[in-house]
Amino acid sequence: MKHLLSTRDLTAAEAIQILDTAEEMAAVNDREVKKLPALRGRTVVNLFFEDSTRTRISFEAAAKRLSADVINFAAKGSSVSKGESLKDTAQTLEAIGADAVVIRHPASGAPHRLATTDWIDAAVVNAGDGTHEHPTQALLDAFTLRRHRAQVAGIDSVGADLAGTRVVIVGDILHSRVARSNVWLLTTLGAKVTLVAPPTLLPYGVEQWPCDVSYDLDAALADAPDAVMMLRVQAERMNASYFPSTAEYSRLWGLGDERFARFAAPEFKDTVILHPGPMVRGLEISSAAADSERSQVLRQVANGVSVRMAVLYLLMSAKEFAS
Amino acid sequence: MAQATADEGASGTVASAHAAPLGRVVLSAADIDRALTRIAHEILEANKGPQDLVLLGIPRRGYPLAVRLAHKLAIADPSVDAEQIIGQLDITMFRDDLSRQPTRPPARTKLPPQGIDNKVVVLVDDVLYSGRTIRAALDALVDLGRPRIVRLAVLVDRGHRELPIRADHVGKNLPTSATEKVRVRLAEIDGAPGTDFVEDHVAIEAPQQPPAADSSESKEARP
Repeated sequence: MKHLLSTRDLTAAEAIQILDTAEEMAAVNDREVKKLPALRGRTVVNLFFEDSTRTRISFEAAAKRLSADVINFAAKGSSVSKGESLKDTAQTLEAIGADAVVIRHPASGAPHRLATTDWIDAAVVNAGDGTHEHPTQALLDAFTLRRHRAQVAGIDSVGADLAGTRVVIVGDILHSRVARSNVWLLTTLGAKVTLVAPPTLLPYGVEQWPCDVSYDLDAALADAPDAVMMLRVQAERMNASYFPSTAEYSRLWGLGDERFARFAAPEFKDTVILHPGPMVRGLEISSAAADSERSQVLRQVANGVSVRMAVLYLLMSAKEFAS
Repeated sequence: MAQATADEGASGTVASAHAAPLGRVVLSAADIDRALTRIAHEILEANKGPQDLVLLGIPRRGYPLAVRLAHKLAIADPSVDAEQIIGQLDITMFRDDLSRQPTRPPARTKLPPQGIDNKVVVLVDDVLYSGRTIRAALDALVDLGRPRIVRLAVLVDRGHRELPIRADHVGKNLPTSATEKVRVRLAEIDGAPGTDFVEDHVAIEAPQQPPAADSSESKEARP
Protein backbone atom coordinates (compact mmCIF):
# COMPACT_ATOMS: atom_id res chain seq x y z
CA MET A 1 0.00 0.00 0.00
CA LYS A 2 1.67 3.23 -1.13
CA HIS A 3 -1.27 5.64 -1.07
CA LEU A 4 -4.64 5.81 0.66
CA LEU A 5 -7.02 7.31 -1.89
CA SER A 6 -10.24 5.39 -1.48
CA THR A 7 -11.76 2.79 0.81
CA ARG A 8 -13.02 1.05 -2.31
CA ASP A 9 -9.52 -0.34 -3.04
CA LEU A 10 -9.08 -1.74 0.49
CA THR A 11 -9.49 -5.46 1.07
CA ALA A 12 -10.96 -6.63 4.36
CA ALA A 13 -7.50 -7.85 5.46
CA GLU A 14 -5.89 -4.47 4.71
CA ALA A 15 -8.66 -2.60 6.52
CA ILE A 16 -8.35 -4.85 9.57
CA GLN A 17 -4.56 -4.37 9.55
CA ILE A 18 -5.06 -0.59 9.65
CA LEU A 19 -7.61 -0.89 12.47
CA ASP A 20 -5.38 -3.27 14.46
CA THR A 21 -2.39 -0.95 14.06
CA ALA A 22 -4.62 1.93 15.19
CA GLU A 23 -5.48 -0.11 18.27
CA GLU A 24 -1.77 -0.21 19.22
CA MET A 25 -1.40 3.49 18.38
CA ALA A 26 -4.30 4.28 20.72
CA ALA A 27 -2.32 2.73 23.58
CA VAL A 28 0.39 5.37 23.07
CA ASN A 29 -2.08 8.09 23.99
CA ASP A 30 -2.36 6.64 27.51
CA ARG A 31 1.38 6.74 28.10
CA GLU A 32 3.63 9.14 29.93
CA VAL A 33 5.47 10.13 26.73
CA LYS A 34 2.85 10.33 23.96
CA LYS A 35 5.35 10.05 21.16
CA LEU A 36 6.95 7.34 19.04
CA PRO A 37 10.13 7.77 17.00
CA ALA A 38 8.86 5.78 14.01
CA LEU A 39 8.79 8.62 11.45
CA ARG A 40 11.67 10.73 12.78
CA GLY A 41 13.18 12.82 10.01
CA ARG A 42 10.20 12.41 7.65
CA THR A 43 8.10 15.31 6.48
CA VAL A 44 4.32 15.29 6.23
CA VAL A 45 2.64 18.13 4.33
CA ASN A 46 -0.98 18.92 5.11
CA LEU A 47 -2.22 20.34 1.83
CA PHE A 48 -5.65 21.79 2.51
CA PHE A 49 -7.50 23.50 -0.35
CA GLU A 50 -10.73 23.40 1.66
CA ASP A 51 -11.56 24.48 5.19
CA SER A 52 -11.16 21.91 7.92
CA THR A 53 -10.78 21.85 11.68
CA ARG A 54 -10.93 18.27 12.83
CA THR A 55 -9.18 16.53 9.96
CA ARG A 56 -6.24 18.90 9.73
CA ILE A 57 -5.62 19.02 13.47
CA SER A 58 -6.04 15.27 13.67
CA PHE A 59 -3.50 14.61 10.92
CA GLU A 60 -1.13 17.12 12.46
CA ALA A 61 -1.38 15.48 15.89
CA ALA A 62 -0.96 12.03 14.34
CA ALA A 63 2.16 13.01 12.41
CA LYS A 64 3.68 14.74 15.43
CA ARG A 65 3.06 11.76 17.72
CA LEU A 66 5.07 9.69 15.24
CA SER A 67 7.86 12.32 15.39
CA ALA A 68 7.43 13.45 11.77
CA ASP A 69 7.91 17.09 10.80
CA VAL A 70 4.66 18.73 9.76
CA ILE A 71 4.17 21.52 7.25
CA ASN A 72 0.68 22.97 7.12
CA PHE A 73 -0.48 24.49 3.90
CA ALA A 74 -3.80 26.25 3.52
CA ALA A 75 -4.86 27.44 0.07
CA LYS A 76 -6.03 30.73 1.52
CA GLY A 77 -3.04 33.02 1.83
CA SER A 78 -0.86 30.90 -0.50
CA SER A 79 0.12 31.29 -4.13
CA VAL A 80 -2.94 29.24 -5.08
CA SER A 81 -4.93 32.46 -4.77
CA LYS A 82 -2.53 33.96 -7.33
CA GLY A 83 -3.45 31.20 -9.76
CA GLU A 84 -0.87 28.48 -9.09
CA SER A 85 -1.90 25.09 -10.42
CA LEU A 86 -2.04 21.83 -8.46
CA LYS A 87 0.88 20.56 -10.54
CA ASP A 88 3.12 23.48 -9.60
CA THR A 89 2.15 23.22 -5.95
CA ALA A 90 2.90 19.49 -5.98
CA GLN A 91 6.27 19.98 -7.66
CA THR A 92 7.15 22.63 -5.08
CA LEU A 93 6.41 20.12 -2.31
CA GLU A 94 8.51 17.50 -4.08
CA ALA A 95 11.40 19.96 -4.24
CA ILE A 96 11.05 20.70 -0.54
CA GLY A 97 11.26 16.96 0.16
CA ALA A 98 7.83 15.92 1.39
CA ASP A 99 7.55 12.21 2.24
CA ALA A 100 3.77 12.22 2.50
CA VAL A 101 1.09 14.60 1.33
CA VAL A 102 -2.25 14.74 3.10
CA ILE A 103 -4.55 16.45 0.65
CA ARG A 104 -8.05 17.88 0.90
CA HIS A 105 -9.39 19.37 -2.30
CA PRO A 106 -12.79 20.57 -3.54
CA ALA A 107 -12.32 18.64 -6.80
CA SER A 108 -13.12 14.92 -6.70
CA GLY A 109 -10.08 12.97 -7.92
CA ALA A 110 -7.40 15.53 -7.04
CA PRO A 111 -5.56 13.09 -4.70
CA HIS A 112 -5.75 10.40 -7.37
CA ARG A 113 -4.17 12.83 -9.82
CA LEU A 114 -1.30 13.53 -7.42
CA ALA A 115 -0.75 9.82 -6.80
CA THR A 116 -0.76 8.70 -10.44
CA THR A 117 1.31 11.47 -12.04
CA ASP A 118 5.05 11.89 -11.67
CA TRP A 119 4.62 15.35 -10.15
CA ILE A 120 5.51 14.09 -6.73
CA ASP A 121 6.96 10.88 -5.32
CA ALA A 122 5.46 11.12 -1.83
CA ALA A 123 2.76 8.91 -0.35
CA VAL A 124 -0.64 10.54 -0.90
CA VAL A 125 -3.38 10.38 1.71
CA ASN A 126 -6.84 11.52 0.67
CA ALA A 127 -8.29 13.73 3.42
CA GLY A 128 -11.49 14.42 1.48
CA ASP A 129 -11.85 15.20 -2.22
CA GLY A 130 -14.98 16.96 -3.40
CA THR A 131 -17.97 14.66 -3.10
CA HIS A 132 -15.89 11.55 -3.72
CA GLU A 133 -14.18 9.95 -0.70
CA HIS A 134 -12.85 10.60 2.81
CA PRO A 135 -11.20 7.28 3.66
CA THR A 136 -9.67 8.11 7.06
CA GLN A 137 -13.06 9.27 8.33
CA ALA A 138 -14.60 5.94 7.30
CA LEU A 139 -11.71 4.09 8.96
CA LEU A 140 -12.20 5.96 12.23
CA ASP A 141 -15.95 5.29 12.08
CA ALA A 142 -15.23 1.60 11.56
CA PHE A 143 -12.70 1.72 14.42
CA THR A 144 -15.24 3.39 16.74
CA LEU A 145 -17.95 0.87 15.79
CA ARG A 146 -15.59 -2.07 16.22
CA ARG A 147 -14.52 -0.90 19.68
CA HIS A 148 -18.12 -0.33 20.72
CA ARG A 149 -19.14 -3.78 19.51
CA ALA A 150 -16.22 -5.42 21.27
CA GLN A 151 -17.09 -3.58 24.47
CA VAL A 152 -20.75 -4.66 24.28
CA ALA A 153 -19.75 -8.28 23.56
CA GLY A 154 -16.95 -8.19 26.15
CA ILE A 155 -14.29 -9.35 23.68
CA ASP A 156 -11.00 -8.02 22.33
CA SER A 157 -11.50 -5.86 19.24
CA VAL A 158 -8.13 -6.73 17.65
CA GLY A 159 -8.56 -8.80 14.49
CA ALA A 160 -12.36 -8.47 14.45
CA ASP A 161 -14.46 -7.28 11.53
CA LEU A 162 -17.95 -5.75 11.58
CA ALA A 163 -19.93 -8.79 10.40
CA GLY A 164 -23.63 -8.37 11.12
CA THR A 165 -23.44 -4.75 12.29
CA ARG A 166 -26.35 -2.69 10.97
CA VAL A 167 -25.55 0.96 10.29
CA VAL A 168 -28.02 3.63 9.17
CA ILE A 169 -26.50 6.69 7.47
CA VAL A 170 -28.88 9.64 7.36
CA GLY A 171 -28.78 12.97 5.56
CA ASP A 172 -27.09 14.65 2.63
CA ILE A 173 -25.79 11.52 0.88
CA LEU A 174 -25.52 13.36 -2.44
CA HIS A 175 -22.71 15.66 -1.30
CA SER A 176 -21.20 13.37 1.32
CA ARG A 177 -17.78 11.84 0.74
CA VAL A 178 -18.05 10.37 4.24
CA ALA A 179 -21.12 8.38 3.23
CA ARG A 180 -19.42 7.02 0.11
CA SER A 181 -16.25 5.95 1.95
CA ASN A 182 -18.33 4.38 4.70
CA VAL A 183 -20.53 2.42 2.29
CA TRP A 184 -17.48 0.76 0.71
CA LEU A 185 -15.51 0.20 3.91
CA LEU A 186 -18.31 -0.95 6.21
CA THR A 187 -19.62 -3.31 3.52
CA THR A 188 -16.13 -4.73 2.98
CA LEU A 189 -15.93 -5.36 6.73
CA GLY A 190 -19.24 -7.21 6.71
CA ALA A 191 -21.63 -4.56 8.00
CA LYS A 192 -25.03 -3.85 6.46
CA VAL A 193 -25.51 -0.20 5.53
CA THR A 194 -28.83 1.56 4.96
CA LEU A 195 -28.83 5.07 3.50
CA VAL A 196 -31.71 7.35 4.43
CA ALA A 197 -32.25 10.69 2.68
CA PRO A 198 -34.79 12.75 0.82
CA PRO A 199 -34.88 11.57 -2.83
CA THR A 200 -33.30 14.84 -3.96
CA LEU A 201 -30.23 14.24 -1.77
CA LEU A 202 -29.45 10.77 -3.10
CA PRO A 203 -26.87 10.52 -5.90
CA TYR A 204 -27.62 9.23 -9.36
CA GLY A 205 -26.89 5.49 -9.51
CA VAL A 206 -27.19 4.89 -5.75
CA GLU A 207 -29.18 1.71 -6.45
CA GLN A 208 -25.92 0.18 -7.75
CA TRP A 209 -24.22 0.63 -4.38
CA PRO A 210 -23.93 -2.35 -2.04
CA CYS A 211 -26.45 -0.97 0.46
CA ASP A 212 -30.17 -0.44 1.08
CA VAL A 213 -31.78 2.93 0.40
CA SER A 214 -34.79 4.38 2.16
CA TYR A 215 -36.59 7.72 2.24
CA ASP A 216 -38.15 7.08 5.64
CA LEU A 217 -36.00 7.49 8.75
CA ASP A 218 -38.61 6.11 11.16
CA ALA A 219 -38.95 2.94 9.09
CA ALA A 220 -35.15 2.54 8.98
CA LEU A 221 -35.01 2.89 12.78
CA ALA A 222 -37.80 0.36 13.29
CA ASP A 223 -35.47 -2.65 13.64
CA ALA A 224 -33.09 -0.88 16.07
CA PRO A 225 -29.80 -0.60 14.12
CA ASP A 226 -26.45 -0.82 15.92
CA ALA A 227 -25.42 2.68 14.85
CA VAL A 228 -27.04 5.77 13.39
CA MET A 229 -24.73 8.14 11.56
CA MET A 230 -26.11 11.65 11.04
CA LEU A 231 -24.60 13.71 8.21
CA ARG A 232 -24.45 17.46 7.90
CA VAL A 233 -26.51 19.20 5.23
CA GLN A 234 -23.70 20.69 3.13
CA ALA A 235 -25.22 24.06 2.33
CA GLU A 236 -21.94 25.28 0.76
CA ARG A 237 -22.22 22.65 -1.97
CA MET A 238 -25.92 23.22 -2.64
CA ASN A 239 -26.77 25.29 -5.72
CA ALA A 240 -30.43 24.34 -5.90
CA SER A 241 -33.21 23.86 -3.37
CA TYR A 242 -33.14 20.22 -2.42
CA PHE A 243 -35.89 20.39 0.21
CA PRO A 244 -38.69 22.88 0.93
CA SER A 245 -37.47 24.16 4.31
CA THR A 246 -34.96 23.36 7.02
CA ALA A 247 -37.85 22.85 9.45
CA GLU A 248 -39.30 20.14 7.22
CA TYR A 249 -35.88 18.52 6.74
CA SER A 250 -35.30 18.53 10.46
CA ARG A 251 -38.71 17.00 11.19
CA LEU A 252 -38.41 14.20 8.61
CA TRP A 253 -34.68 13.40 8.52
CA GLY A 254 -33.22 14.96 11.65
CA LEU A 255 -32.48 13.23 14.94
CA GLY A 256 -34.59 15.60 17.01
CA ASP A 257 -35.66 15.22 20.62
CA GLU A 258 -38.81 13.24 19.79
CA ARG A 259 -37.03 10.75 17.58
CA PHE A 260 -34.18 10.48 20.05
CA ALA A 261 -36.72 9.56 22.74
CA ARG A 262 -37.18 6.24 20.91
CA PHE A 263 -33.60 5.35 21.91
CA ALA A 264 -34.83 4.79 25.48
CA ALA A 265 -36.52 1.57 24.30
CA PRO A 266 -34.73 -1.62 25.43
CA GLU A 267 -33.96 -2.81 21.88
CA PHE A 268 -32.00 0.43 21.35
CA LYS A 269 -29.85 -0.01 24.46
CA ASP A 270 -26.61 -0.59 22.49
CA THR A 271 -27.35 1.78 19.61
CA VAL A 272 -24.79 4.57 19.20
CA ILE A 273 -24.96 7.89 17.39
CA LEU A 274 -22.12 8.89 15.08
CA HIS A 275 -21.52 12.21 13.37
CA PRO A 276 -18.44 13.11 11.30
CA GLY A 277 -18.72 16.77 12.32
CA PRO A 278 -19.12 19.64 12.14
CA MET A 279 -22.61 19.29 13.62
CA VAL A 280 -25.36 21.76 12.87
CA ARG A 281 -27.32 21.49 16.10
CA GLY A 282 -31.05 21.88 15.62
CA LEU A 283 -30.96 20.83 11.97
CA GLU A 284 -29.77 17.24 11.55
CA ILE A 285 -29.23 16.53 15.25
CA SER A 286 -30.62 18.01 18.45
CA SER A 287 -28.38 19.00 21.35
CA ALA A 288 -29.99 16.37 23.55
CA ALA A 289 -28.93 13.64 21.12
CA ALA A 290 -25.51 15.13 20.38
CA ASP A 291 -24.59 15.46 24.06
CA SER A 292 -26.13 12.18 25.23
CA GLU A 293 -24.07 9.23 26.35
CA ARG A 294 -25.11 7.48 23.10
CA SER A 295 -23.17 10.02 21.10
CA GLN A 296 -19.70 8.84 20.06
CA VAL A 297 -18.78 12.17 18.46
CA LEU A 298 -15.86 13.02 20.75
CA ARG A 299 -14.70 9.42 20.80
CA GLN A 300 -14.66 9.56 16.99
CA VAL A 301 -12.36 12.58 17.16
CA ALA A 302 -10.01 10.86 19.62
CA ASN A 303 -9.99 7.67 17.56
CA GLY A 304 -9.26 9.74 14.45
CA VAL A 305 -5.77 10.51 15.72
CA SER A 306 -5.01 6.82 16.33
CA VAL A 307 -6.35 5.78 12.92
CA ARG A 308 -4.38 8.49 11.13
CA MET A 309 -1.22 7.50 13.03
CA ALA A 310 -1.76 3.96 11.78
CA VAL A 311 -2.27 5.13 8.19
CA LEU A 312 0.81 7.37 8.20
CA TYR A 313 2.89 4.64 9.82
CA LEU A 314 1.82 1.94 7.39
CA LEU A 315 2.32 4.17 4.33
CA MET A 316 5.58 5.81 5.36
CA SER A 317 7.66 3.56 7.59
CA ALA A 318 9.08 1.25 4.91
CA LYS A 319 10.05 4.00 2.50
CA GLU A 320 13.67 3.07 1.87
CA PHE A 321 12.72 -0.57 1.58
CA ALA A 322 10.19 0.17 -1.14
CA SER A 323 12.54 2.32 -3.17
CA MET B 1 22.43 -7.12 4.46
CA ALA B 2 22.06 -9.82 1.80
CA GLN B 3 19.99 -11.99 4.10
CA ALA B 4 17.77 -9.25 5.45
CA THR B 5 14.70 -10.93 4.09
CA ALA B 6 12.95 -11.39 7.36
CA ASP B 7 9.44 -10.24 7.99
CA GLU B 8 7.99 -11.06 11.36
CA GLY B 9 4.51 -11.15 9.97
CA ALA B 10 5.49 -13.78 7.44
CA SER B 11 7.70 -15.78 9.75
CA GLY B 12 4.78 -17.25 11.65
CA THR B 13 3.35 -18.87 8.56
CA VAL B 14 6.64 -19.95 7.06
CA ALA B 15 7.92 -21.17 10.41
CA SER B 16 4.94 -23.42 10.89
CA ALA B 17 5.78 -25.16 7.64
CA HIS B 18 8.99 -26.55 9.10
CA ALA B 19 8.37 -26.56 12.84
CA ALA B 20 9.61 -30.13 13.24
CA PRO B 21 13.30 -29.91 14.19
CA LEU B 22 15.40 -29.06 11.17
CA GLY B 23 19.09 -28.41 11.35
CA ARG B 24 21.06 -29.21 14.51
CA VAL B 25 19.05 -29.10 17.73
CA VAL B 26 21.16 -27.50 20.45
CA LEU B 27 18.56 -27.13 23.20
CA SER B 28 15.72 -29.59 23.72
CA ALA B 29 12.50 -28.82 25.55
CA ALA B 30 14.03 -30.18 28.78
CA ASP B 31 17.20 -28.11 28.27
CA ILE B 32 15.11 -24.95 27.78
CA ASP B 33 13.15 -25.72 30.93
CA ARG B 34 16.32 -26.28 32.99
CA ALA B 35 17.92 -23.10 31.62
CA LEU B 36 14.85 -21.06 32.56
CA THR B 37 14.81 -22.59 36.06
CA ARG B 38 18.46 -21.60 36.53
CA ILE B 39 17.88 -18.08 35.16
CA ALA B 40 14.95 -17.65 37.56
CA HIS B 41 17.18 -18.51 40.50
CA GLU B 42 19.93 -16.25 39.17
CA ILE B 43 17.49 -13.37 38.93
CA LEU B 44 16.41 -13.89 42.54
CA GLU B 45 20.01 -14.19 43.66
CA ALA B 46 21.17 -11.05 41.82
CA ASN B 47 18.22 -9.11 43.16
CA LYS B 48 18.57 -10.54 46.69
CA GLY B 49 14.93 -11.60 46.61
CA PRO B 50 11.84 -10.85 44.56
CA GLN B 51 11.38 -7.19 45.60
CA ASP B 52 10.35 -4.79 42.81
CA LEU B 53 10.95 -7.34 40.04
CA VAL B 54 9.19 -6.79 36.70
CA LEU B 55 9.73 -9.11 33.72
CA LEU B 56 9.18 -7.55 30.30
CA GLY B 57 9.16 -9.91 27.33
CA ILE B 58 10.03 -8.65 23.86
CA PRO B 59 7.59 -9.92 21.18
CA ARG B 60 7.21 -12.33 19.82
CA ARG B 61 9.10 -15.14 21.58
CA GLY B 62 10.46 -13.12 24.47
CA TYR B 63 6.98 -12.76 25.93
CA PRO B 64 6.20 -16.47 26.45
CA LEU B 65 9.70 -16.87 27.92
CA ALA B 66 8.96 -14.04 30.38
CA VAL B 67 5.71 -15.75 31.35
CA ARG B 68 7.52 -19.04 31.95
CA LEU B 69 10.25 -17.28 33.96
CA ALA B 70 7.65 -15.56 36.13
CA HIS B 71 6.06 -18.90 36.98
CA LYS B 72 9.50 -20.31 37.84
CA LEU B 73 10.04 -17.31 40.13
CA ALA B 74 6.69 -17.97 41.78
CA ILE B 75 7.71 -21.60 42.41
CA ALA B 76 11.09 -20.55 43.81
CA ASP B 77 9.62 -17.82 45.99
CA PRO B 78 5.93 -18.18 46.98
CA SER B 79 5.61 -14.45 47.71
CA VAL B 80 5.77 -13.75 43.95
CA ASP B 81 2.47 -13.38 42.09
CA ALA B 82 3.46 -14.34 38.53
CA GLU B 83 0.61 -12.49 36.80
CA GLN B 84 1.48 -9.24 38.57
CA ILE B 85 5.10 -8.97 37.40
CA ILE B 86 4.78 -9.82 33.69
CA GLY B 87 4.63 -7.31 30.86
CA GLN B 88 5.27 -7.11 27.16
CA LEU B 89 7.44 -4.44 25.56
CA ASP B 90 6.94 -3.76 21.85
CA ILE B 91 9.99 -2.26 20.18
CA THR B 92 8.78 -2.05 16.56
CA MET B 93 8.63 1.75 16.48
CA PHE B 94 12.09 2.07 18.00
CA ARG B 95 14.03 -0.11 15.57
CA ASP B 96 16.92 1.53 13.74
CA ASP B 97 16.13 -0.40 10.55
CA LEU B 98 12.43 0.48 10.41
CA SER B 99 12.68 2.25 7.07
CA ARG B 100 14.84 -0.49 5.51
CA GLN B 101 12.42 -3.32 6.21
CA PRO B 102 8.93 -4.12 4.99
CA THR B 103 6.28 -2.45 7.12
CA ARG B 104 5.84 -4.25 10.42
CA PRO B 105 2.57 -4.10 12.29
CA PRO B 106 3.29 -3.07 15.88
CA ALA B 107 2.53 -5.41 18.77
CA ARG B 108 1.02 -4.41 22.09
CA THR B 109 2.96 -2.97 24.99
CA LYS B 110 1.46 -4.17 28.28
CA LEU B 111 2.90 -3.11 31.59
CA PRO B 112 2.10 -4.70 34.94
CA PRO B 113 -0.35 -2.63 37.01
CA GLN B 114 2.32 -1.15 39.27
CA GLY B 115 4.23 0.29 36.29
CA ILE B 116 8.02 0.29 35.97
CA ASP B 117 9.05 3.41 37.89
CA ASN B 118 11.75 2.49 40.44
CA LYS B 119 11.38 -1.20 39.61
CA VAL B 120 14.02 -3.73 38.68
CA VAL B 121 13.10 -4.47 35.07
CA VAL B 122 14.37 -7.69 33.53
CA LEU B 123 14.10 -7.63 29.73
CA VAL B 124 13.54 -11.13 28.35
CA ASP B 125 14.25 -12.18 24.77
CA ASP B 126 14.94 -15.43 22.98
CA VAL B 127 18.15 -14.73 21.02
CA LEU B 128 20.78 -12.05 21.67
CA TYR B 129 22.64 -11.33 18.43
CA SER B 130 23.58 -7.84 17.20
CA GLY B 131 22.19 -6.15 20.32
CA ARG B 132 20.09 -3.77 18.24
CA THR B 133 16.80 -5.15 19.49
CA ILE B 134 17.91 -4.50 23.07
CA ARG B 135 19.03 -0.97 22.17
CA ALA B 136 15.54 -0.35 20.80
CA ALA B 137 14.03 -1.86 23.95
CA LEU B 138 16.08 0.48 26.16
CA ASP B 139 14.79 3.45 24.14
CA ALA B 140 11.23 2.18 24.43
CA LEU B 141 11.62 1.83 28.21
CA VAL B 142 12.63 5.47 28.62
CA ASP B 143 9.24 6.57 27.24
CA LEU B 144 7.38 4.39 29.73
CA GLY B 145 9.03 5.36 32.97
CA ARG B 146 12.28 5.26 34.91
CA PRO B 147 13.23 1.81 36.20
CA ARG B 148 15.78 1.64 39.03
CA ILE B 149 17.76 -1.10 37.29
CA VAL B 150 17.41 -2.75 33.88
CA ARG B 151 18.76 -6.26 33.41
CA LEU B 152 18.73 -8.57 30.41
CA ALA B 153 17.91 -12.28 30.32
CA VAL B 154 18.15 -14.25 27.07
CA LEU B 155 17.66 -17.90 26.24
CA VAL B 156 20.53 -17.96 23.73
CA ASP B 157 23.50 -15.65 23.23
CA ARG B 158 24.92 -16.30 19.79
CA GLY B 159 27.60 -13.58 19.76
CA HIS B 160 28.35 -11.15 16.89
CA ARG B 161 27.45 -8.06 18.90
CA GLU B 162 27.34 -4.74 17.05
CA LEU B 163 26.68 -2.59 20.10
CA PRO B 164 28.17 -2.46 23.60
CA ILE B 165 25.42 -4.58 25.15
CA ARG B 166 25.68 -7.78 27.20
CA ALA B 167 23.21 -10.10 28.88
CA ASP B 168 23.09 -10.54 32.66
CA HIS B 169 21.46 -13.97 32.49
CA VAL B 170 22.10 -16.36 29.60
CA GLY B 171 20.46 -19.74 29.03
CA LYS B 172 23.19 -20.95 26.69
CA ASN B 173 26.16 -19.33 25.00
CA LEU B 174 26.10 -20.56 21.43
CA PRO B 175 29.13 -19.80 19.25
CA THR B 176 27.78 -19.45 15.72
CA SER B 177 28.87 -18.29 12.31
CA ALA B 178 27.07 -15.17 11.08
CA THR B 179 25.80 -17.14 8.08
CA GLU B 180 24.00 -19.66 10.28
CA LYS B 181 20.55 -19.09 11.67
CA VAL B 182 19.42 -19.79 15.20
CA ARG B 183 15.82 -20.90 15.30
CA VAL B 184 13.79 -20.86 18.51
CA ARG B 185 10.44 -22.62 18.54
CA LEU B 186 8.08 -22.35 21.50
CA ALA B 187 4.71 -23.99 21.97
CA GLU B 188 2.95 -20.69 22.82
CA ILE B 189 3.87 -19.12 19.46
CA ASP B 190 4.52 -22.01 17.10
CA GLY B 191 2.40 -24.80 18.53
CA ALA B 192 -0.91 -23.93 16.91
CA PRO B 193 -3.04 -26.99 16.13
CA GLY B 194 -2.61 -28.17 12.57
CA THR B 195 1.12 -27.44 12.40
CA ASP B 196 3.72 -30.18 12.69
CA PHE B 197 5.17 -28.62 15.86
CA VAL B 198 6.51 -31.35 18.12
CA GLU B 199 8.12 -29.69 21.13
CA ASP B 200 10.10 -26.61 22.18
CA HIS B 201 13.59 -26.49 20.77
CA VAL B 202 16.49 -24.30 19.71
CA ALA B 203 18.24 -25.36 16.51
CA ILE B 204 21.09 -24.08 14.35
CA GLU B 205 20.41 -24.05 10.64
CA ALA B 206 23.23 -24.04 8.13
CA PRO B 207 23.00 -21.30 5.49
CA GLN B 208 20.43 -22.21 2.89
CA GLN B 209 20.67 -22.09 -0.90
CA PRO B 210 19.44 -19.65 -1.98
CA PRO B 211 19.48 -17.57 1.23
CA ALA B 212 16.45 -15.51 0.18
CA ALA B 213 14.20 -18.56 0.08
CA ASP B 214 13.94 -18.84 3.84
CA SER B 215 12.22 -16.54 6.24
CA SER B 216 13.08 -16.55 9.88
CA GLU B 217 13.09 -14.35 12.94
CA SER B 218 14.48 -10.97 12.00
CA LYS B 219 17.13 -10.88 14.69
CA GLU B 220 18.53 -14.10 13.32
CA ALA B 221 18.74 -12.89 9.76
CA ARG B 222 19.81 -9.33 10.33
CA PRO B 223 23.54 -8.72 10.05
